[in-house]
Amino acid sequence: MIESILVLFLTLICATIMSVVERRILGLLQNRYGPNRVGWQGTLQIVADMIKILFKEDWIPMFSRKAIFVFAPMLSFVSLLLVIAIVPISSNFVIINLDIGILFFLMMASLSIYPVLFAGWSSNNKYALLGAIRATAQTLTYEVFLGLSLMGVVVRAQSFNMIDIVNSQILLWNCIPQFFGFITFFIAGLALCHRHPFDQPESEQELSDGYHIEYSGMKFGLFFIGEYISIIIVSSLITTMFFGGWFGFGLSAIFWFIFKTMFFAFLFILIRASLPRPRYDKIMLFGWKFCFPLTLINLIFTAFFMLCKA
Amino acid sequence: MSIIKTLVSQIRSIWLTFINIFSKRETIMYPEKSVYLAPRYRGRVILSRNLNGEERCVACNLCAAVCPVGCISLKKSISKTNRWYPKFFRINFSRCIFCGLCEEACPTAAIQLIPDFELSEYKRQDLVYEKEDLLISGPGKYSDYDFYQFSGVEIEGKKKGNLDYESNPIDVKTLLP
Repeated sequence: MIESILVLFLTLICATIMSVVERRILGLLQNRYGPNRVGWQGTLQIVADMIKILFKEDWIPMFSRKAIFVFAPMLSFVSLLLVIAIVPISSNFVIINLDIGILFFLMMASLSIYPVLFAGWSSNNKYALLGAIRATAQTLTYEVFLGLSLMGVVVRAQSFNMIDIVNSQILLWNCIPQFFGFITFFIAGLALCHRHPFDQPESEQELSDGYHIEYSGMKFGLFFIGEYISIIIVSSLITTMFFGGWFGFGLSAIFWFIFKTMFFAFLFILIRASLPRPRYDKIMLFGWKFCFPLTLINLIFTAFFMLCKA
Repeated sequence: MSIIKTLVSQIRSIWLTFINIFSKRETIMYPEKSVYLAPRYRGRVILSRNLNGEERCVACNLCAAVCPVGCISLKKSISKTNRWYPKFFRINFSRCIFCGLCEEACPTAAIQLIPDFELSEYKRQDLVYEKEDLLISGPGKYSDYDFYQFSGVEIEGKKKGNLDYESNPIDVKTLLP
């Protein structure tokens, strides 16, 4: 019980700290310093951000649908945070050992469209609605092969249980036999988090911030931290599904798990720093015409080899 | 085929961005490290004095006339030694665009733009500089230039023709050779 609460709060704190860490890493990648004024080397920046966001005017537009407007950020915050419950941190340290672990993740991932749609619609603002429509269309596109790319892993492990999946990688990490599954899951994960280059719903240049344009103060903060939570969740899932979870040599299981998760979170930031945002229809085209067939082929071949082995 | 090309180029750009971790940061840590400004940098506007410590400005109004934004205003007055000087001299730095035309127009090298850009104030009113804010004690960029020592203008203690490269003025009303 205490461990569960600890994991939950650690995830939250990590997500909050990531907002500063991301800016520092972006600075590192772009040959500049990030925030380095508050405290020693910008260590207190997070405190400054908190003070700023807590004391901002929390304005609810009078033209909005108030109940849904308030409800959306909470849902956005919670929907992917709950997935941490099924991620095994080490062989005997998981909050709930669900037999349908992956299905639970896919369900929560599908639910995470709703807060975006609610936020965009209830804001009663054209830009917000356009952002929400984009987000929904994009997430639907990438949801299809988000599930399918994991099925190869499921076929190999012959279980939906996360611990079984990690145990099936004891000899060979899934990223090698399931390479295309890994690639497509990574891309779909990027799109799920609305991260660059899949930040269509938030594109500042065209939509001036997309679905959370009317949000301010802590409600915006919930969306903001929700994005970092989803990065942590997706990178921990990549670790679990494709990179052997807690397996590693020498050091403790928890260290390896956190190290791999941090590596993928770093990769998310690296991709943000390097790739431009493509045109909207190109993103849909890439999803439907390239990634989706790739996952299907990957699944067919995995199933074929599993049948041959059996 | 083109999609694979695109993927390869994207992976390459991710790699190139990653390489930047190992290169030097280009940020200038401004308040801690001062910025190098070239000697001819056009920053803050000053009024200078000549080597005797008298102010150079003769209130000819050329700087105010040439100023494209009209941020300079001044009023001429004449001292007891028959010398012109500005009664007040005012520059509104919230309008100044630091073009340097006033410096070009000034015949006495009084008004000069120096390499200093730290002009921020909390109140806009504080950006209006009066003569006592503008006037410095030194000669600025042109150390030995003194307008009255080069021009034929007459002031007390210096008649026309006193300078060594001048000849005395010809009195056209006398018949003596």
